[in-house]
Formats: sequence, C-alpha cells, structure tokens
Amino acid sequence: MREELLAIIEKNSRIDLKELAIILGVQEIDVVNEMAALEAEGIICGYHTLINWEKTNIDKVTALIEVRVTPQRGHGFGNVAERIQRYPEVNSVYLISGGYDLMVILEGRSLREVSAFVSDKLSTLEQVLSTATHFILRKYKDHGTVLSQKKEDEREMITP
Amino acid sequence: MRNPLADKVVELKPSGIRKFFDIVHEMKDAISLGVGEPDFDTPWHIRDEGIYSLEQGRTIYTSNAGLKELRQEICNTLYRKQGLTYDPLTEVLITVGGSEAIDMGLRAVINPGDEVLIPQPSYVSYEPCAILAGATPVIINLKAENEFRLTAAELEEAITDKTKILILPFPNNPTGAIMERKDLEEIAEVILEHDIFVMSDEIYSELTYKGKHVSIAELPGMKERTILINGFSKAYAMTGWRLGYACGPAEIIKQMTKIHQFAIMCAPTTSQYAAIEALKNGDDDIAEMRTAYNQRRRFLMNAFQEMGLECFEPYGAFYVFPCIKEFGMTSDEFAGRFLEEEKVAVVPGTAFGDCGEGFLRISYAYSLEHLKEAVSRLERFVTKLRNGR
Repeated sequence: MREELLAIIEKNSRIDLKELAIILGVQEIDVVNEMAALEAEGIICGYHTLINWEKTNIDKVTALIEVRVTPQRGHGFGNVAERIQRYPEVNSVYLISGGYDLMVILEGRSLREVSAFVSDKLSTLEQVLSTATHFILRKYKDHGTVLSQKKEDEREMITP
Repeated sequence: MRNPLADKVVELKPSGIRKFFDIVHEMKDAISLGVGEPDFDTPWHIRDEGIYSLEQGRTIYTSNAGLKELRQEICNTLYRKQGLTYDPLTEVLITVGGSEAIDMGLRAVINPGDEVLIPQPSYVSYEPCAILAGATPVIINLKAENEFRLTAAELEEAITDKTKILILPFPNNPTGAIMERKDLEEIAEVILEHDIFVMSDEIYSELTYKGKHVSIAELPGMKERTILINGFSKAYAMTGWRLGYACGPAEIIKQMTKIHQFAIMCAPTTSQYAAIEALKNGDDDIAEMRTAYNQRRRFLMNAFQEMGLECFEPYGAFYVFPCIKEFGMTSDEFAGRFLEEEKVAVVPGTAFGDCGEGFLRISYAYSLEHLKEAVSRLERFVTKLRNGR
C-alpha cells in the first residue's frame, strides 16, 4: 500500500482519507495509521500546493544557482549546505555531481533581491569559491504537472 | 438500375452502439462514461520511436506478416508473460488492430455452414465477422450469477457436430469478467473432447486486477488449437495506431497471412516501429496505468454499493456492468433517460448482445474527477427513479 499511497498523495495531497481508502481497497483506519507512520518516519515531510505564480499579480523570481565550494575535512559539504539552507529565501539545496557542488534554488520578489542575496550573502561565505546564477524565465512543467492549458478529451463519446 | 448491394451485408444488423452514438452526438453538453479506449496518451517514449521512424524515412511497406523484429519481440513478450513459445517466422501475424485479426482468423477457418460459438455479452464484431465469413453464429448467453464467465456446461450445451470454433473474449468487454485458470481448465476439457478450435481475444490481458492473466493457450493441448489475438490498443493506450497481432498454429497463420496480404498488404509501418519500443520498454507504463484503472474500479464499485446498485465485481478490462433490472426499464430506456435527464452517456448492455438486457456498460477510462461527477449524477438519477418519478 505504501508506494501506491505515496504516489497518489504526491499528486493530490488534499484527497480525503475515506476516498483514499476506497481507491486503495483498504480500511480508512489503515490509511490513517500508514499516513501517521510515514509522517513519523520523516517520509512525508509536508503537504504543499503547486501554484502557478505567473497567473497571479504577485511578482516572483526563481533562480537556480550553481555553487562551487571547498569541502571541509570531516564534514564534506554538509556544513556549508546547512549554512545556506538557513536562509528563508532559499527554497532547495541539492548536492550535485559534475561541474559544481551545490544547486541552490532561490525565490525572491525581484532580480535585484536575488542578486543582492547572491552577492551579499552567498558569495561572501568563506567556503564558497564561485557562483553562477540562472533565472527561470518561464515554467512549462513543474513537479510533474504541465502548467499550460489542459488538453481536451477528444475521444468519441461512445465507442465499442 | 439493378440493386447494387450484397444481401449478406444489407441484412447484417447495424451495431447497437451506433444507434446510441447518434443520439449522444446531438447532445453537446453531455459527459460520457461510454468510451472503449484508454484516457491516457500513448507513453512518450513509444510515440517518440514512431516519430523517429518517420524521421528516418521508414515510410515503406513491411513484409506482409510484419517486421521480423516486432514479431520476435511479441514472441519474447508472450514467453516472458505467459510462458508461451511461438515461432516468429511462421506463427505470428501483425494485423491492423485486434479487429483485423478477428476477421482474418474467422475467414481462415470457416467453411460454409460451420458454427461459431460466441459468448455474449461481448464485443460487437464477432457476430458480423462470423456471418461475413459464411458461418452460422451460435450465441452463448452468459449469466450474471456466474459473473459472466463461460462455464463448461454452457459450452457443452452449445456444441453441435457443426461447431468449428469458440470465440473466447476474456477479459471481457463489456462485462469486465475474467476467466481464471480453473475456469479455463474446465472449458478446455470440453474443447478437447469435441475437437473444436478457439479464438482467444485477449486484447485486455494486461488489464486484470486479480492475479496474472492466464491464456487458454497455456493449457496442455490448447496451443495447437488456439488463435491467440492481442494488440497494443488497450495495454499501451495505442488505439489510434491500429496495431494488433495473432499467434497460432503455422497452418492457420499461413492462411490468415494470405488473406491479410491481399486485403491489407501490411500493418502501418510507423506503428510497428513504435510497438517494438512498447514491448521492449513499456512494462512500467502498463503497471502505472493498471494501478490507475484499479483505483477507479474500486471507486466505482464502492459508489455502486453505497447507492445500492447491484453489480458483480469485475476483475478485468476497464468496464463495470451494473444491473438496472430493479427499475423496470429496458437498458435502452434507462440509458436514454439517463442521458436526457442527467446528461451522462452510458452504453446499454444490449449493444453487446440480447442477454445484456437489464445491464449498462460503464467505462472507467476516465479521471477520478470525471467519474466522481458522473457518479453523483447517477446517484441523483437512481434516487429519483426509486422515489417513483
């Protein structure tokens, strides 16, 4: 049940427990217990909403920042990642294989705000060697969901 | 002027589904539970292979029987999934959908006056194809109390000395019924005893929700007398690609290929290249779609239970087949009024044979949101009827 449950709520965290139990073919109490276990184990870390901010009047800028850092003896990349993740404007921090070390995803209100963060806070960290900032111009697909208009059902109404 | 038409064709009953289709077509704002095809798009990697084959200029005929590589992949897949061994060179024919395989198969085995056993409710093509092939169709009326499975007794009773072949349509459209190994073993005994052949239409084989699909060809002595039909439409959501296949004894496949060669030449080349990719790398797609169908199936079964609508639990395809006899209406009347009053299209069970009277085919090849809306309308309608309005 676990894998199927996670797949469903990853797409729709608002589904009600009764319905979840029905489509999984189990009792509601089992779903409740499993969800509680998943939360306790830190597997479910939150219930977020996918928002297409472009459609609102609220300005948001998302930037992907490649960061090269000096790993520290005994701590690897952990310390510096922890340092960076404390900033509330930082959305995600990933350790990356390849040409750079950390991928930092940042959300700000404007280009200036993001630039200020990079130049004032991120680049000035002792272990940070260099940064490269990429601004997202448009999101076509996010979290597995296509953000543009939904496709119409073009099938015939009745087929054998 | 002389009558330009062939009597045999003119006398053929039009599909019962067609009549309803025309009514539904007039209603622009209706929602539907009436389709017999997946709501998913063909997985991208499969479409991509089709596109790539076009880019490469593979726009020519293939051999009549189909691309050798595809036939080989079909054999690999049938071995992997069913433990069946077929020779890709002599025992496989790639067809334009499973439908063509039904037609070719019957034409290849029927002599005038032969009887073809057709269990109903079932897909709309078997009877007309049998008639066009010159056979006498003999209908076996399946029963709700057997969960619309074919029993040995029913089969035994329908067999005469003219019986040539049995059509075995499981997992079934429209009932969603499946035949499990023990069910198949029972009828296989009768089949062997009377020395008849089987056309096993397994187009929904990947969509079963109770154990693994079993083909009758897996049973001892059956492969030699079975034309196994399958295809890509349902398992890989590839209906528009028009691709299916038949596997069977070399002597039958040889004759089917002969007719196919004259009538069709070869199945669409682009589709054949895409199908190779589907068989090689499509197992995860099937699993994902099957999981989604199963969730919807459970949702519908629960909804019927809550509104007190009688329905046996189907374990195959993407249909449920609820009984509406309590309302004292024919399937046609019920479906007509439901469409008129609640703007939901379902298919009357009678479109799939007379014994579908009193039942509806409801498809769950729709999103849960869509099903929720349709079910709430059904509940409202059923309540209204029960309150005598």
